Amino acid sequence: MRDKIFKKLLVGCCILVLLVCAGMIYSLVSGSLSAFNQYGFFHFIGSSEWDPHPDRETYGALSFIVGTLLTSFLALIFCIPFSLPVALFTGSYFRGKKIATFISSIIDLLAGIPSIVYGLWGFYTFRPIIIDLGLNSQGFGILTSSIILAIMIIPYASSLSGEFISMVPNELKEAAYSLGGTRLDVIRTVTLPNAGSGIFASYILALGRALGETMAVTMLIGNTNNLPRSLVDTGNTMASIIANQFGEADGLKLSSLIAIGLLLFGITAVINLIAKFIMKKFN
Amino acid sequence: MEQEHIQISNPILQLKDVSISYSPGKNAVKNVSADIARNKITAIMGPSGCGKSTLLRAINRMHELYPDIKIMGEILLDGKNILKMNPMEVRRMAGMVFQRPNPFPTMSIFDNVVAGYKLNGISLGKSEKEEIVERCLTNVGLWNEVKDSLFKKGTFLSGGQQQRLCIARALALKPDVLLMDEPTSALDPIATNRIEELLLDLKNEFSIVIVTHNMSQAARISDYSMFMYLGELVEYDTTQTMFTNPKDKRTNEYLSGQFG
Ligand SMILES: Nc1ncnc2c1ncn2[C@@H]1O[C@H](COP(=O)(O)OP(=O)(O)OP(=O)(O)O)[C@@H](O)[C@H]1O
Ligand SMILES: [Mg+2]
Repeated sequence: MRDKIFKKLLVGCCILVLLVCAGMIYSLVSGSLSAFNQYGFFHFIGSSEWDPHPDRETYGALSFIVGTLLTSFLALIFCIPFSLPVALFTGSYFRGKKIATFISSIIDLLAGIPSIVYGLWGFYTFRPIIIDLGLNSQGFGILTSSIILAIMIIPYASSLSGEFISMVPNELKEAAYSLGGTRLDVIRTVTLPNAGSGIFASYILALGRALGETMAVTMLIGNTNNLPRSLVDTGNTMASIIANQFGEADGLKLSSLIAIGLLLFGITAVINLIAKFIMKKFN
Repeated sequence: MEQEHIQISNPILQLKDVSISYSPGKNAVKNVSADIARNKITAIMGPSGCGKSTLLRAINRMHELYPDIKIMGEILLDGKNILKMNPMEVRRMAGMVFQRPNPFPTMSIFDNVVAGYKLNGISLGKSEKEEIVERCLTNVGLWNEVKDSLFKKGTFLSGGQQQRLCIARALALKPDVLLMDEPTSALDPIATNRIEELLLDLKNEFSIVIVTHNMSQAARISDYSMFMYLGELVEYDTTQTMFTNPKDKRTNEYLSGQFG
């Protein structure tokens, strides 16, 4: 009897969560309909015009889609040379050693730092460096945001890919050593190829995080609405344009922001699905 | 302690007072001394936990992957103390085949055979590779079975074929000695039989040390047999003598199935 009630309760909660999800998607879709109807779906995502002037209001998402993809992929590229060595260190070279545990916990600590703190640090400490280097007079922009984003995703990428590296069966590594390989040879020919798809999936998940990251990027990207022309240009990502403009938006502009939100949701969902799929195949 | 074992002339391997411990003060292998014959099959038998794998793995210095393992004594391969050599070189000279077939799953059959070269950073020409692959797969009786699917993954093969692939992979580096740790214990009788026949062929070219739990296997294929018990080498003799006229009570009890 109690078992039945408990089961019903669980089912009820699950249904509730699904309903909330469905409700969210529904409101995103219905909120964005007027923007899509006004400009057409493909024109909306293909246009880089963002003009809120009441007489000639036009909105297009291209600048922000480009801003998002640029910052995220740059961040991913910057993060690989740091996260891969960390992953190899904790997952292979020093697997199970105190030093590896120590490093992993420091990395986990990094993962727990709130986005706003990264933003602050980027704003007050890192931005002046960019200015001093003469890359950009204000220090804001795509490059600045990408580097901070890279630091933010290093923990995810390294702990996840370290996990996959440590899952490479010992018997394969022993077989490789027994053929006379050095540590480097074994990593190169056996460990990395065998962990390859898992590592790839880890980076896709990290990319997913970078795509949606809002606070730090909003503080550092410079908040301009044109298509970025170079890496030191300012811009906006899909997340940061919403964060910057939702407060004073209504009508068509609000609908356009919601549409951008829906697109972002779609992109991250697809990215995460791909990563999950690869990981499933890996196991 | 000094044990009197069989004398081998011109041995390929010489173990001199070898002791190995996983933790200080507790030796898993105790003062083992033995010479191992060239171009013969030497079987190591003994109940579970007696140190067979530990001893075998020390011969190609696998123990060094685990820093807690300490080894004392000398192991001479062709007269040279392997413990003083470069471990990568030792491992090329002493090929190892493991209990469970472990072909590299990301590599094709072809690449598995030449994996040793890739791992050692030796680049071979295409025709050299093809020659090695054909020779080694022929050596292990796999050539006719896989010659049309050389570029498929090795993991699609049956267990017995995979194990023969692993033997081919070890042979490709032309080792002086082939170390095998229960290479057939994960295989069915037919696959086991094929590997046994293969080993009898291979001993013309290689010296083989095989750990086995299977006494009839030792009797069928080995020329010399060791019996280990609690880390000690209790008895070492020709297989014939060992099975017909064991000198030690413990050997006799083990061979007659009273423990193990
Ligand atoms: N990684 C390890 N850490 C600590 N002790 C170990 C380890 N591996 C083996 N031992 C111990 O060393 C002794 C010898 O083990 P070994 O694996 O060499 O035995 P074996 O004769 O190969 O047994 P089996 O027939 O079961 O394979 C055993 O007492 C075992 O408990
Ligand atoms: Mg064993």
